Amino acid sequence: MSTLEKTEKEQAAPATMQQLSGSQAVLEALIHEGVDTIFGYPGGAIMPIYDALYDYNDKLTHILVRHEQGGIHAAQGYARTSGRVGVAFATSGPGATNLVTGLADAMIDSNPIVCITGQVFASLLGTDAFQETDVINITTPVTKWNYQVTDATEIPSVLAKAFYIASTGRPGPVLIDITKNAQLQLFDYHGYEFCNHIRSYRPKPIVRNEYIEQAAQLINEAKKPFVIFGQGIILGKAEQEFKTFIEKGGFPAATTVMGLSALETDHPQHVGMLGMHGNYAPNVMTNECDVLIAIGMRFDDRVTGRLDKYAKQAKVVHLDIDPAEIDKNVKATVPVWGDCKETLPLLTDLINQVDHSKWLQQFRELEKEEIKEVIYDELNPTSEVLTMGEVINVLNELTGGNAVIVTDVGQHQMVTCRYAKFNSSKSNVTSGGLGTMGFGLPAAIGAWYGAPERDVVAIIGDGGIQMTIQELGTIMQFGAKVKILILNNEFLGMVRQWQQLFHDRRYSFVNITSPDFVAVAKGYYIDGNKISERKDLRDALKTMLDHDGSYLLEVMVGKENNVFPMVAQGTSVSEIRLK
Amino acid sequence: MEKQEYTITLYTENSIGMIGRISGIFSRRKINIESLNTSPSEVEGIHRFTILITESEEVVRKLCRQIEKQVEVLKAYFNTNDELIWQEQALYKVPAHVIAEKAYVERLLRQYGANVVVIRNDYIVFETAGHREEIDRLTEELGKYKLIEFVRGARIAIIKESAGFHSKLIQFEKTEPSQEIVENEFLDQQDNVFTM
Repeated sequence: MSTLEKTEKEQAAPATMQQLSGSQAVLEALIHEGVDTIFGYPGGAIMPIYDALYDYNDKLTHILVRHEQGGIHAAQGYARTSGRVGVAFATSGPGATNLVTGLADAMIDSNPIVCITGQVFASLLGTDAFQETDVINITTPVTKWNYQVTDATEIPSVLAKAFYIASTGRPGPVLIDITKNAQLQLFDYHGYEFCNHIRSYRPKPIVRNEYIEQAAQLINEAKKPFVIFGQGIILGKAEQEFKTFIEKGGFPAATTVMGLSALETDHPQHVGMLGMHGNYAPNVMTNECDVLIAIGMRFDDRVTGRLDKYAKQAKVVHLDIDPAEIDKNVKATVPVWGDCKETLPLLTDLINQVDHSKWLQQFRELEKEEIKEVIYDELNPTSEVLTMGEVINVLNELTGGNAVIVTDVGQHQMVTCRYAKFNSSKSNVTSGGLGTMGFGLPAAIGAWYGAPERDVVAIIGDGGIQMTIQELGTIMQFGAKVKILILNNEFLGMVRQWQQLFHDRRYSFVNITSPDFVAVAKGYYIDGNKISERKDLRDALKTMLDHDGSYLLEVMVGKENNVFPMVAQGTSVSEIRLK
Repeated sequence: MEKQEYTITLYTENSIGMIGRISGIFSRRKINIESLNTSPSEVEGIHRFTILITESEEVVRKLCRQIEKQVEVLKAYFNTNDELIWQEQALYKVPAHVIAEKAYVERLLRQYGANVVVIRNDYIVFETAGHREEIDRLTEELGKYKLIEFVRGARIAIIKESAGFHSKLIQFEKTEPSQEIVENEFLDQQDNVFTM
């Protein structure tokens, strides 16, 4: 070790007062915040941070992605399976703009993310310098908070604030843009102080007992109460509190796409998924229940269908940590502001233990209809071609519902959300709000780093995989044991389905050709296989799961299969069509 | 719900880019800001935005909640005109000879309580403050006499109640299912400042 390196090492060690560069301060902050993995891509304006990273290799794992979009989606996947803050690095200009899709995705799906971007020297700001973009203004609408640092002394407090904001309240992405001079600047470092208060920021609204009482009264008077839940349960780490609540009250409970895995699929009170391609019973019963108890969900238009015909007969109790969500789309009879980890136990205390099995049975009756009309044929097709549903069903049998399931966006996503089995929380990683094609593969890589002890299966369509297929290179280099299951219907299936149903079968640019995916994987030294026959399905999936390392399995499925049931746009949830 | 004029009052940190953050919340929803004023507030280090829009109460309420979500916004309020004392300021540049020659113009300026700001050989600058309608009327009248230049400032407003926003804020909590009973502790500590 050279003397110079030794001095730098010593400098990196915590002490009461020492000289650090801005770059070192960034990495010290990450270590204090418990970050172990960074997804990033270097470049000119972030080189000082990468230079410092050279000496922090033993404390921080850096995964070199193949595109910054892949970096932030990986950070999202990491956040979703680990429940911690995901971190992404990118350089200025194109590096930073490549983060934008991921930021928007993380914003709408409430992922705690901290992005650090390099920026040109402060003296060059606004001069159209090489690789300069106004990242702060570009990312303002898609971040929970962002800030530009031009002076290294700000770095410890700004990063503490970034982690605090990203991870508290309703989580979201934060972007910190650091000019190159600040990264290089040496300053007196006085240690790292966590942020736990910002005077203008209220992460959690204070719980108001009168609303808990009113909600309990409403729930206790209900004959047909119905619980709908979202990702808020997972983000609030309130899975147990939630289960106690629904079990005491005997409520049927249905999930949103983002809420999947918060309650195990096999729970006797789990009545399925809501929304456009959700299950028949919960959609229909939304317009039958007398009290609708919405927990940690935001009444997205894909969940509500036509709003003026949504649960008009019901009184609505809405539990949410974000006050702006209350009354945004659906008027709440009783708003229960607060963190559901706190509000659910308070509510559980006040509600009566009730047997709603007759009411629950009505859901099961409707479910039988859905099984007869849709599910049975999807899982036991008579046709020669494979269906997406049967692939997921066999996968369930092999994983037992214990795998982390990552999906991209489209038909395969909806089919997976409908049929995948989840035994434990934080097992569903998907782009819900933004619907970002290309999310699946990089998110799966991050999901594996967030939960390396678990099986991570990325289920992706033939369209989406081609949007971020370059991330196979990341897998090749760093060895994330991601199982990639491509469901290939040789179409951009969801768009094709809409063109078939609503545009008179005018198939406009939905016919997409694919490369030989197995050969592409092979090019990246990733093993793979392609099947198209039912007899090979189980063995092929088993080989994929048993393989030690990443594996790509391409399954050819029916070209023009549709996802049903479906709440067509502009119709009511109770008008859900089974075919 | 019927649209009417609402004045939104925000208390924010005085940080760079706040106007962009706030205005984006309006423009995203295609809502036109009719006037916007930023100034220091009665609390040191805290900025005050006064924004005028014409919208329905429901939209304004949702907007304010979205604005309050911004990390650097302490509090957002909205008020109808009858709850406020509000003013707009205007400057008029009138040719000097018009004032000298036309007695009517001088009367007009007196009638509207206009004050002289600058007198030069070639022109005179007047200033008035008042409600939009008064300013508009004077502008229209002066327009007949070669008004060289005219500018009107943004609305500034304070609430009619003697206690000011601080007590209003507690009232809000009572009538509206709000997110917090105890208001922002920083503002709470500023009791004496807020009771104007």
